[in-house]
Amino acid sequence: MHELAVAQALVEQVEAVIHQNHAQRATLIRVRIGPLAGVVPDLLATAFPLAAAGSRMEHAKLEFAHAPIRVCCQTCGLDTEAAMNRLLCGACGDWHTRIISGDELLLESVELETAPSLTP
Amino acid sequence: MCDTCGCNLTPGNKHLAFKPVAKGATAVSVLKGLLAKNDDQAAHNREHFDRRGILAINLMSSPGSGKTALLEATLVALKDEFTCAVIEGDLETENDALRIRAVGVTAHQIVTGTACHLDAHLVHDALHQMNLDGVELLFIENVGNLVCPASFDLGQHLNVTLLSVTEGDDKPAKYPVMFRAADAMLLTKTDLLAVLDDFDPDKAETHLRNLANPAPVLRLSARKNLGMNAWLAWLREQLAAQRARVAIGQSRRPAIQSDGEKLHSASA
Ligand SMILES: [Zn+2]
Repeated sequence: MHELAVAQALVEQVEAVIHQNHAQRATLIRVRIGPLAGVVPDLLATAFPLAAAGSRMEHAKLEFAHAPIRVCCQTCGLDTEAAMNRLLCGACGDWHTRIISGDELLLESVELETAPSLTP
Repeated sequence: MCDTCGCNLTPGNKHLAFKPVAKGATAVSVLKGLLAKNDDQAAHNREHFDRRGILAINLMSSPGSGKTALLEATLVALKDEFTCAVIEGDLETENDALRIRAVGVTAHQIVTGTACHLDAHLVHDALHQMNLDGVELLFIENVGNLVCPASFDLGQHLNVTLLSVTEGDDKPAKYPVMFRAADAMLLTKTDLLAVLDDFDPDKAETHLRNLANPAPVLRLSARKNLGMNAWLAWLREQLAAQRARVAIGQSRRPAIQSDGEKLHSASA
């Protein structure tokens, strides 16, 4: 399961964000994973607590942003939605298309707690 | 309900509504590829290859699709023409590197334990343990797996994905992430087509085109020496193309277009 390796990379990146912002901890982590990224969100969600155990994000909520598959047709020029194993132009049916979204694997944003939570 | 604007805010619940922007909290936009660290290492590996004029090819397939048999036959055919080397990452048999060395070609075995894919760091470590002097063609045999290796750039220039005719001809539709990233799809063990009636090579090709992939589809049998010439000709062509790129200071990434690259080009 390569999702554990992805979860470890995620933890490393969020750790760097916490450090750069002099924050206490991360409370919410938003990632954007397209269906064509080769990472299954459910498996990443399962692997995340293992990778984050003992870190400054172990209680953070992991949120996934939806990323629909869209292709741009090189024949007719239109942008259309497509299915994961049929990346054909939705208008003219040609297979000469380019992915414009749906293969993202991004850390989008992190919410941080910058002050100790005990202060009222 | 608030009388002024109709919203559901009241003095009593106001603090709840504004909780996300409470004092002491901040939201940071990052927009960075999750595998940025691997991708940076892969870019570094690619520089290694380009500086030495090496063409690096990543071989991927299910377990048992005949990667090692194809490599053996390919190396026997090309070793007097080009200096070749192999990085073995497949765990299927521990003797893969021995099989390659028996042909007379340098082979380095990556010991990955139970890892389901190679990554750019493993390949980098291997590169520093190998003698790459004069090497022109480097084959990286990835772990036999059609899922995990697809997400990790190793620094290779080309992905070659094998599909043996003993598997289903709909594998490209079932593993779109892997097959979309192929720069060439090899249908292997084609000598068995005569005794199999459920694998249609044309259907396999249609499934590949449905992934918007224009890659060549080569049909071959390494054991029966069928169709090998077209594959060897493709390799010679690709090596010539790599030399032409190196001469003008350019490189090439596999068919896979990661967001990292798109973001870089957008911000550059
Ligand atoms: Zn079209």
